[in-house]
Amino acid sequence: MVEPYLVLARMHVRAQTAYRGSFVIEVFASVGATVTGVCELYVVFANVPALGGLTLRAALLVFALGHVSMSLADLFFGHLDALPGYLRSGAFDAFLLRPLPVLPQLIGAELSLRRLGRTVAGSVLATAVLAGIGIRWTPAAAGLVALTVLCGSAIFAALFTAAAAVQFWLVDGAEVTASFVYGGQYAAQFPASVYPGPLRTLFTFVVPASFVAYLPVLTLLRLPPPPGLPPWIGWCTPLAAAGAWAIALLGWRAGLRHYTGTGS
Amino acid sequence: MIIEVSQLRRYFKKVAAVDGLTFGVERGAAVGYIGANGAGKSTTIKMLTGILRPTSGTVRTCGLEPLRQRRRLARRIGVVFGQRSQLWWDLPLRDSYRALGAIHRIDHRPRLAELAERLDLGSFLDTPVRQLSLGQRIRGEVAAALLHAPELLILDEPTIGLDVLSKERLRAFLVEQRAAFGTSLLLATHDMGDVRRLTERILLVDHGRLAYDGTLDGLARHAGAERTLVLDLTEPAAPLDAIPGARLVGVEAGGLRQRLSFAPGSTTVAAILAAVAATAQVHDLTVEEPDIEAVVRELYQSPSAATSAGVPGRGLAASPPAFPVRRDGARP
Amino acid sequence: MWPTLFALGFRRWSAYRTAALAGAFTNCVFGLIRSAVLIAVVGTAGGALAGYDRATAATYVWLGQALIGPVQLFGWSELAQRVRTGDIAIDLARPADPMLAYLAADLGRATFALLPRGLPPLVVGALVTGLALPHTPAPYALGLASVALATALSFACRWLVNLSAFWLLDLRGPMTLYLVVSGVLCGLVVPVHWFPGWLAAIAAATPFPSMMQAPTDVLMGRSGSQTLVVQALWLAGLLGAGRAGFALGARRLVIQGG
Repeated sequence: MVEPYLVLARMHVRAQTAYRGSFVIEVFASVGATVTGVCELYVVFANVPALGGLTLRAALLVFALGHVSMSLADLFFGHLDALPGYLRSGAFDAFLLRPLPVLPQLIGAELSLRRLGRTVAGSVLATAVLAGIGIRWTPAAAGLVALTVLCGSAIFAALFTAAAAVQFWLVDGAEVTASFVYGGQYAAQFPASVYPGPLRTLFTFVVPASFVAYLPVLTLLRLPPPPGLPPWIGWCTPLAAAGAWAIALLGWRAGLRHYTGTGS
Repeated sequence: MIIEVSQLRRYFKKVAAVDGLTFGVERGAAVGYIGANGAGKSTTIKMLTGILRPTSGTVRTCGLEPLRQRRRLARRIGVVFGQRSQLWWDLPLRDSYRALGAIHRIDHRPRLAELAERLDLGSFLDTPVRQLSLGQRIRGEVAAALLHAPELLILDEPTIGLDVLSKERLRAFLVEQRAAFGTSLLLATHDMGDVRRLTERILLVDHGRLAYDGTLDGLARHAGAERTLVLDLTEPAAPLDAIPGARLVGVEAGGLRQRLSFAPGSTTVAAILAAVAATAQVHDLTVEEPDIEAVVRELYQSPSAATSAGVPGRGLAASPPAFPVRRDGARP
Repeated sequence: MWPTLFALGFRRWSAYRTAALAGAFTNCVFGLIRSAVLIAVVGTAGGALAGYDRATAATYVWLGQALIGPVQLFGWSELAQRVRTGDIAIDLARPADPMLAYLAADLGRATFALLPRGLPPLVVGALVTGLALPHTPAPYALGLASVALATALSFACRWLVNLSAFWLLDLRGPMTLYLVVSGVLCGLVVPVHWFPGWLAAIAAATPFPSMMQAPTDVLMGRSGSQTLVVQALWLAGLLGAGRAGFALGARRLVIQGG
């Protein structure tokens, strides 16, 4: 069942590594985002020893884990932002004419290896911080980190999918949905405790950015959880991911229904 | 029956692109689905393949409901849209077939070898699809549609933009494939040459409604539409106005080129040539098919179109004078 | 001729109204996040930091978001693209100096963007955190001039980055470097006044603070015409470098038959 996607993926990988020179530049370019993020945190923490209960090290960990999650989601699901182009040109119908579900086809249509640069940079940063931050490394702790990255990626992937689904209705909606997705990513970098009430609710329950890295890090470092939440809240990321995906898939199905209902 | 359509309707913002279509296509048949631009051909095809939901009515392709059983249906049909590509744009053509082989869970190589030979794809199998010429791409698309040996092949304007030679090659290939595999064919086109070469039965759709169901010659007879034989003679001759069954409609270059129109039922190209040979030597000839818009116009103006006499094939011809033709310019 | 080019730049971008509003929406979302962070920083630092209290820190963020559109901090590659496709030859053949022509068009674009990109973040800011803006007209008049200078300065920097297209195949390397460095040093994340000593020194040696920190300082009444002078000096220098660089690149192109 997975075979078709593997073949397609192999084909695209081959096509991309064919261009060596610009590949290197692209990797370099994608690392730029990591560097910017680290600098941002640095200049913020140059003025205060802790923010929202996190030290610079902890904040860097939150940033790094969120960064890795986002880059993995972008690596596999990033092609979804090409959907408006397919819809406009009519090439989308080709997906409907094949005996495969549409969403995996769209996702698998391109695998941008160059986005790996961000994944590597983020992983290096995360490893460095984890090494120096003084955690007692139990299997549970390691498991939490792995789970966080996995579910964080799933959450961002769900956001990409929901944003793509919106494109079936909004003609030029790409930028608006991008604000939510990238806004969510940006919000995930900072401790959610600095956000005022409504914003915190938005980024915890509507766009579950807090579950991507902040809450898991609190649990991992045994820091006090936000008021009203249990100390093991960091283990609930899978629930947030499941919820995000449920909504994303419902939205996608509705979007497809809308497309076949109105025609192109 | 491989296609069954009943009271099919599709509205786009109050305008009916397809308005109460009912017809059936037998397994193994080749049907030409003709009509002017905007008549509803592409809309029907979209509903047949699961791309578009009907507003009302039912449609069954290969016995399946296209929308609900889209994926199952996709394994049984092959579709070619002349103006949209289903191939992988940036990759070599060969890779598209590899991908399709994986998608349909078949070994694509033997079938590809056969198709490549018949459609002469060998010289550009390794070229990226976006660099192919239109003719090459269409041949590639047809091969892609046939790779998984579908029961039904649906073509939407496949020869549009192709030169005469490419058209003929493609048509010859399709005839051969049908003979070898018995694939059913639904060909939507407004090129009468396609229809003549490839199909036995035509469905004429106008403003979303079925206006005629029968043979091409029957249609031409009903509509009084004529084919035109353009003769290039070896030397200028006197006007050929005495050929039985044919009407002289043009003389050019002082008699070097002459155009004779004839209604398909009243004579044949061979008979005309035989008659012409008595007075002049033919160097070259072309046959022009009646233009579809002219046929439709004729159909609605001809008083004899009320009968369905001598029309084989299913269904009956609608009687145009009583047919509520919508000429309010509200084309979908 | 210059007013025409300006007007054309204006009109060309007014076609992208929806894109402008969508961009403003992104600015508002980021403004909400950033203002929350800066308010928390000021709070943790005891209520005041380098002359900013909670209200002014939030205002700083909102002004920054409002300026992102007009000043166009993030990327521009038109010149590089035209060099790559060869269309640059058309520009060279025209009577106007290419750099000034593009500058005029860019100022037109920025003027158009002032309302759809500038207003929404300020409105949201006023509603959510409140804006601590001066009550006298002088800072606004000077501020407008400062924004104009900042836009021109941003253009000059983007122009210089694009010049690399004459020598390098791929613009993305230099552009990434530019975005990372300028993004931090211009004061978009935190005010330059909050930088640690060594970083502030580095920033002062670059034109970037003049693109974002300077206009916000003037608009908030924190500084006056001295800032404008600094901006103007940077602008003159960079435009000069831009013109020289362009001449060098064009000559190389002509000689090589690019």
